[in-house]
Amino acid sequence: MTWILLKLLRALVTMGLVLTFVFFVLRLSGDPTLVLLPDDVDQATREFYRAKWGLDAPLWEQYTSYLRALLQGDFGISFRNNIDAFQVVWDRVPKTALLGGTAIAIALLIGMPLGVLAAVYRDSWLDRTVMSIAVFGFSMPNFFLGILLILIFSLKLRVLPSSGSGTWAHLIMPAATLGTGFAAQIARYTRSSMIDVLSKPYMRTARSKGAGLTRRVSQHALPNASVPVVTILGIKVGEMLGWAVVTETVFAWPGIGRLLTSAVASRDLAVVQCIMILLAFTMVAANMVVDLVYGWLDPRVRVGARAQA
Amino acid sequence: MSALDRPALPARRWVWLATLSRLPVMVSVAAGFMLLMLFVTVFAQVIQPYAFDHVDLMNRMTPPVPLAGATWAHPMGTDTLGRDLFSRLLVAAQTSMLLSILGTCLGAVMGIALGFLAAHKGGLWDEVIMALVDFQAAMPWFIIALAILAFMGNSMAVFIAIMGLYGWETYARITRGLVLSAREQGYALAVRGLGAKPRRVYLHHILPNIAGPLIVQLTINFPNTILFETSLSFLGLGIRPPMTSLGQMLGEGRDYLINAWWLAVIPGLVIFLTTLSMSVLGDWLRVKLDPSLET
Repeated sequence: MTWILLKLLRALVTMGLVLTFVFFVLRLSGDPTLVLLPDDVDQATREFYRAKWGLDAPLWEQYTSYLRALLQGDFGISFRNNIDAFQVVWDRVPKTALLGGTAIAIALLIGMPLGVLAAVYRDSWLDRTVMSIAVFGFSMPNFFLGILLILIFSLKLRVLPSSGSGTWAHLIMPAATLGTGFAAQIARYTRSSMIDVLSKPYMRTARSKGAGLTRRVSQHALPNASVPVVTILGIKVGEMLGWAVVTETVFAWPGIGRLLTSAVASRDLAVVQCIMILLAFTMVAANMVVDLVYGWLDPRVRVGARAQA
Repeated sequence: MSALDRPALPARRWVWLATLSRLPVMVSVAAGFMLLMLFVTVFAQVIQPYAFDHVDLMNRMTPPVPLAGATWAHPMGTDTLGRDLFSRLLVAAQTSMLLSILGTCLGAVMGIALGFLAAHKGGLWDEVIMALVDFQAAMPWFIIALAILAFMGNSMAVFIAIMGLYGWETYARITRGLVLSAREQGYALAVRGLGAKPRRVYLHHILPNIAGPLIVQLTINFPNTILFETSLSFLGLGIRPPMTSLGQMLGEGRDYLINAWWLAVIPGLVIFLTTLSMSVLGDWLRVKLDPSLET
């Protein structure tokens, strides 16, 4: 139990640091009224908006009221369209979740089987081919892959739409773009994890009991090998959110990423702040869940954490 | 040098050549490409046929050489303002390489120093540094970088600082672990027993012994740093005109995909080949320098 509490405490500290960091970075980087209001507006109007948005208070008072508001679930008002910032962001979540979820599914469906094949037929031509493809896959910048896909499938063959999110056809290219790099990474992690497991004594036992290759791999090796792969997946969620910004921009996919680039361009402080907090929270939560699942699956982790503490 | 050493020299050179010829083809090609990129980084201004920002409105959007309408005056064609694409590519590659090298080195130095500090001081220092590592790892750094750049404006110093902060935590974590285990090994204990100061033990004895995994980490981080820079510049938040970088060129070329696909594809290809070469080299080095990582 102490182990779970320690993890929770650590996650809370991280979250607190993120909230503080976000606040100071955004507040110290310029006066939003200079950007949002027209140039010719008079000083009185400027002061009025500063007071309205709470920008005239001392920094540290702004900080405490910011924390207080956050604890009450109040993320502020979007400067640009005067509605609840959280609502603006929340409306975009399903689109990004759809894109990210599909990309993860693609990455798992392609990456895991390839990694297993490469490990089972280690050092064969199959292994070398799969690993070479993997190196190509994760070296490919996804904005470049996206542009190549648009060139081929939208402009040359004219079979897929290059932007928007209306139909299932719109999802194919962005999800493939976002998923490719992750499929490659998962293939690599699966391979090394499988190779590790395949050399374990219990695999020899399974073999001596007369279990066939398929059964040994699917029943004995894969469940054990997939634990570290799931861990990696949790850690990579944050990286994926970063790439999603680029992918959404390339394909004009109306998710969080596109909202972020436009909010950043118009200095919509509350929206940017809300996105950053939400993403950081997602990452901390994902890491938490992975830690807990990992500790639950592997008791050694729990004992290790207690010994450290 | 004594006379005895002399005959050994040709033999040693031969060994070098033999090692080179035994390299896998992919690794040789990757190393060759990285050398070419380094050459461009140093000599871009010397080999460029035109100034990278020289506008020639009479020769706009000429295609690269194998295509119809191309001229050898502009082997890779020109962009929307008639600027020579080859010259721009050289300067862009130089900017991207310099930024990535600088960013990687800053991150490595900072991370390694903090890793040593955490291992050496222990206690509260260790806790605080590791909390910072957790914090850095938990933040969507790309997204924070995006916000900082947009709000702080177009400043080279800010951009370099952000690049330097990217990835430092991986070095810190690895260094700390390596130092903690190296400190208890025979050689470190022996040197300490002889009365060496901590600084001497760390810099002259432990650092050379743990350099292998750190160099491997450096080669793993470098392609990521290139992607980090090019992605930000691609979104229009990193390197901005009048300067140019590979990501900035690609972002600009994206608007002309229908008429002039090469404006985006050529810089994209250079980015891809650079990260690919570095990954191939990194994989190879990992096997060579750090057998414990290879499973």
